[in-house]
Amino acid sequence: MQNVLFERIQKELDNHDVVLFMKGEAAFPQCGFSSLVVQVLSQLGVPFKDINVLEDSDLRQGIKDFTNWPTIPQLYVKGEFIGGCDIVREMYESGELQQLLDEKGVKAA
Amino acid sequence: MAMDGETIKTMITDNIPGAEVHIEDLRGDGDHYAAHITAPCFVGKSRVQQHQMVYSALQGKMGGDLHALSIKTSAPTED
Repeated sequence: MQNVLFERIQKELDNHDVVLFMKGEAAFPQCGFSSLVVQVLSQLGVPFKDINVLEDSDLRQGIKDFTNWPTIPQLYVKGEFIGGCDIVREMYESGELQQLLDEKGVKAA
Repeated sequence: MAMDGETIKTMITDNIPGAEVHIEDLRGDGDHYAAHITAPCFVGKSRVQQHQMVYSALQGKMGGDLHALSIKTSAPTED
Protein backbone atom coordinates (compact mmCIF):
# COMPACT_ATOMS: atom_id res chain seq x y z
CA MET A 1 0.00 0.00 0.00
CA GLN A 2 2.77 2.40 0.93
CA ASN A 3 4.52 1.91 -2.41
CA VAL A 4 1.42 2.95 -4.31
CA LEU A 5 1.17 6.03 -2.14
CA PHE A 6 4.85 6.88 -2.52
CA GLU A 7 4.51 6.49 -6.30
CA ARG A 8 1.55 8.88 -6.26
CA ILE A 9 3.57 11.40 -4.25
CA GLN A 10 6.60 11.04 -6.50
CA LYS A 11 4.43 11.57 -9.57
CA GLU A 12 3.17 14.89 -8.18
CA LEU A 13 6.76 15.93 -7.45
CA ASP A 14 7.86 14.94 -10.96
CA ASN A 15 4.97 16.81 -12.62
CA HIS A 16 5.27 20.11 -10.78
CA ASP A 17 8.26 22.32 -10.03
CA VAL A 18 6.84 23.49 -6.70
CA VAL A 19 4.50 21.33 -4.63
CA LEU A 20 2.96 22.21 -1.28
CA PHE A 21 1.32 19.48 0.76
CA MET A 22 -0.94 21.50 3.03
CA LYS A 23 -4.07 21.57 5.15
CA GLY A 24 -6.74 23.13 2.99
CA GLU A 25 -6.19 24.70 -0.41
CA ALA A 26 -4.09 27.66 -1.53
CA ALA A 27 -7.23 29.72 -1.90
CA PHE A 28 -8.53 28.53 1.46
CA PRO A 29 -5.84 27.32 3.88
CA GLN A 30 -7.22 25.61 6.96
CA CYS A 31 -4.20 25.93 9.23
CA GLY A 32 -2.05 28.89 10.19
CA PHE A 33 1.19 27.13 9.34
CA SER A 34 -0.06 26.14 5.88
CA SER A 35 -1.42 29.63 5.34
CA LEU A 36 1.97 31.17 6.12
CA VAL A 37 3.74 29.08 3.49
CA VAL A 38 1.03 29.95 0.94
CA GLN A 39 1.61 33.65 1.69
CA VAL A 40 5.39 33.26 1.31
CA LEU A 41 4.99 31.60 -2.09
CA SER A 42 2.48 34.25 -3.17
CA GLN A 43 4.86 37.03 -2.06
CA LEU A 44 7.56 35.45 -4.22
CA GLY A 45 5.05 35.09 -7.07
CA VAL A 46 5.90 31.42 -7.40
CA PRO A 47 3.23 29.21 -9.01
CA PHE A 48 2.79 25.98 -7.07
CA LYS A 49 0.65 22.87 -6.91
CA ASP A 50 -1.33 22.75 -3.66
CA ILE A 51 -2.32 19.32 -2.36
CA ASN A 52 -4.89 19.21 0.43
CA VAL A 53 -3.97 16.36 2.78
CA LEU A 54 -7.18 16.84 4.72
CA GLU A 55 -9.03 15.21 1.85
CA ASP A 56 -6.97 12.01 2.03
CA SER A 57 -5.97 10.52 5.39
CA ASP A 58 -3.67 7.96 3.74
CA LEU A 59 -1.81 10.78 2.01
CA ARG A 60 -1.74 12.82 5.22
CA GLN A 61 0.23 10.06 6.94
CA GLY A 62 2.02 8.86 3.81
CA ILE A 63 3.67 12.20 3.14
CA LYS A 64 5.07 12.20 6.69
CA ASP A 65 6.56 8.75 6.11
CA PHE A 66 7.82 9.77 2.66
CA THR A 67 10.13 12.38 4.15
CA ASN A 68 10.39 11.28 7.78
CA TRP A 69 8.88 14.65 8.67
CA PRO A 70 6.05 14.65 11.24
CA THR A 71 4.12 17.76 10.31
CA ILE A 72 2.19 19.50 7.56
CA PRO A 73 2.78 21.73 5.54
CA GLN A 74 5.63 20.34 3.50
CA LEU A 75 7.23 22.25 0.64
CA TYR A 76 9.04 20.61 -2.29
CA VAL A 77 10.99 22.36 -5.05
CA LYS A 78 12.02 20.32 -8.09
CA GLY A 79 11.35 17.16 -6.11
CA GLU A 80 13.53 18.16 -3.16
CA PHE A 81 11.99 18.49 0.29
CA ILE A 82 12.72 22.03 1.47
CA GLY A 83 11.02 22.03 4.84
CA GLY A 84 7.96 22.86 6.86
CA CYS A 85 6.64 26.22 8.02
CA ASP A 86 9.58 27.12 10.26
CA ILE A 87 12.26 26.43 7.68
CA VAL A 88 10.36 28.07 4.80
CA ARG A 89 9.81 31.22 6.88
CA GLU A 90 13.46 31.28 8.00
CA MET A 91 14.70 30.83 4.42
CA TYR A 92 12.27 33.45 3.12
CA GLU A 93 13.36 36.00 5.71
CA SER A 94 17.05 35.40 4.98
CA GLY A 95 16.57 35.46 1.19
CA GLU A 96 17.73 31.85 0.85
CA LEU A 97 14.38 30.70 -0.54
CA GLN A 98 14.52 33.14 -3.45
CA GLN A 99 18.13 32.14 -4.05
CA LEU A 100 17.18 28.45 -4.04
CA LEU A 101 14.36 29.06 -6.51
CA ASP A 102 16.72 30.98 -8.79
CA GLU A 103 19.34 28.23 -8.59
CA LYS A 104 16.74 25.62 -9.48
CA GLY A 105 15.42 27.71 -12.34
CA VAL A 106 11.98 28.22 -10.89
CA LYS A 107 10.58 31.46 -12.33
CA ALA A 108 8.02 33.74 -10.73
CA ALA A 109 4.73 33.88 -12.65
CA MET B 1 -2.81 16.69 25.98
CA ALA B 2 -0.30 19.49 25.49
CA MET B 3 3.30 19.29 26.75
CA ASP B 4 4.96 21.87 28.99
CA GLY B 5 8.11 23.74 28.13
CA GLU B 6 10.29 21.96 30.65
CA THR B 7 9.32 18.52 29.33
CA ILE B 8 10.15 19.62 25.79
CA LYS B 9 13.50 20.99 26.93
CA THR B 10 14.36 17.83 28.88
CA MET B 11 13.47 15.51 26.01
CA ILE B 12 15.75 17.47 23.70
CA THR B 13 18.70 17.78 26.09
CA ASP B 14 18.39 14.11 27.06
CA ASN B 15 18.58 13.00 23.43
CA ILE B 16 20.87 15.54 21.76
CA PRO B 17 24.31 15.65 23.40
CA GLY B 18 25.46 19.15 24.31
CA ALA B 19 22.20 20.76 23.21
CA GLU B 20 21.40 24.20 24.51
CA VAL B 21 17.67 24.80 24.45
CA HIS B 22 15.80 28.07 24.84
CA ILE B 23 12.02 27.64 25.14
CA GLU B 24 9.52 30.46 24.72
CA ASP B 25 5.83 30.11 25.55
CA LEU B 26 4.51 32.17 22.66
CA ARG B 27 0.99 32.75 23.90
CA GLY B 28 1.28 31.88 27.59
CA ASP B 29 -1.26 29.07 27.06
CA GLY B 30 1.15 26.17 27.48
CA ASP B 31 0.38 24.94 23.97
CA HIS B 32 2.29 27.20 21.59
CA TYR B 33 6.02 27.15 22.08
CA ALA B 34 9.09 28.25 20.17
CA ALA B 35 12.35 26.40 20.81
CA HIS B 36 15.78 27.56 19.72
CA ILE B 37 18.25 24.70 19.89
CA THR B 38 22.00 24.94 19.45
CA ALA B 39 24.02 21.72 19.39
CA PRO B 40 27.50 20.69 18.28
CA CYS B 41 26.11 17.74 16.34
CA PHE B 42 24.24 20.14 14.03
CA VAL B 43 27.49 21.24 12.42
CA GLY B 44 27.50 20.33 8.72
CA LYS B 45 23.86 19.28 8.77
CA SER B 46 21.12 20.91 6.69
CA ARG B 47 18.25 22.66 8.45
CA VAL B 48 15.96 19.76 7.56
CA GLN B 49 18.40 17.28 9.10
CA GLN B 50 18.82 19.43 12.21
CA HIS B 51 15.06 19.67 12.66
CA GLN B 52 14.68 15.90 12.07
CA MET B 53 17.15 15.31 14.91
CA VAL B 54 14.99 17.47 17.17
CA TYR B 55 11.84 15.66 16.09
CA SER B 56 13.38 12.28 16.83
CA ALA B 57 14.49 13.60 20.24
CA LEU B 58 10.83 14.40 20.85
CA GLN B 59 10.07 10.74 20.19
CA GLY B 60 7.07 11.04 17.94
CA LYS B 61 5.35 13.68 20.09
CA MET B 62 5.62 16.23 17.27
CA GLY B 63 2.39 16.44 15.31
CA GLY B 64 0.57 14.64 18.14
CA ASP B 65 0.66 16.02 21.69
CA LEU B 66 2.86 18.76 20.33
CA HIS B 67 0.97 20.58 17.63
CA ALA B 68 2.44 24.02 17.76
CA LEU B 69 6.17 23.95 18.41
CA SER B 70 8.15 26.36 16.28
CA ILE B 71 11.74 25.17 15.93
CA LYS B 72 14.85 27.15 15.11
CA THR B 73 18.18 25.34 15.09
CA SER B 74 21.75 26.48 14.75
CA ALA B 75 25.20 24.94 15.02
CA PRO B 76 27.47 26.63 17.58
CA THR B 77 29.66 28.32 14.96
CA GLU B 78 26.62 29.88 13.29
CA ASP B 79 25.83 31.97 16.42
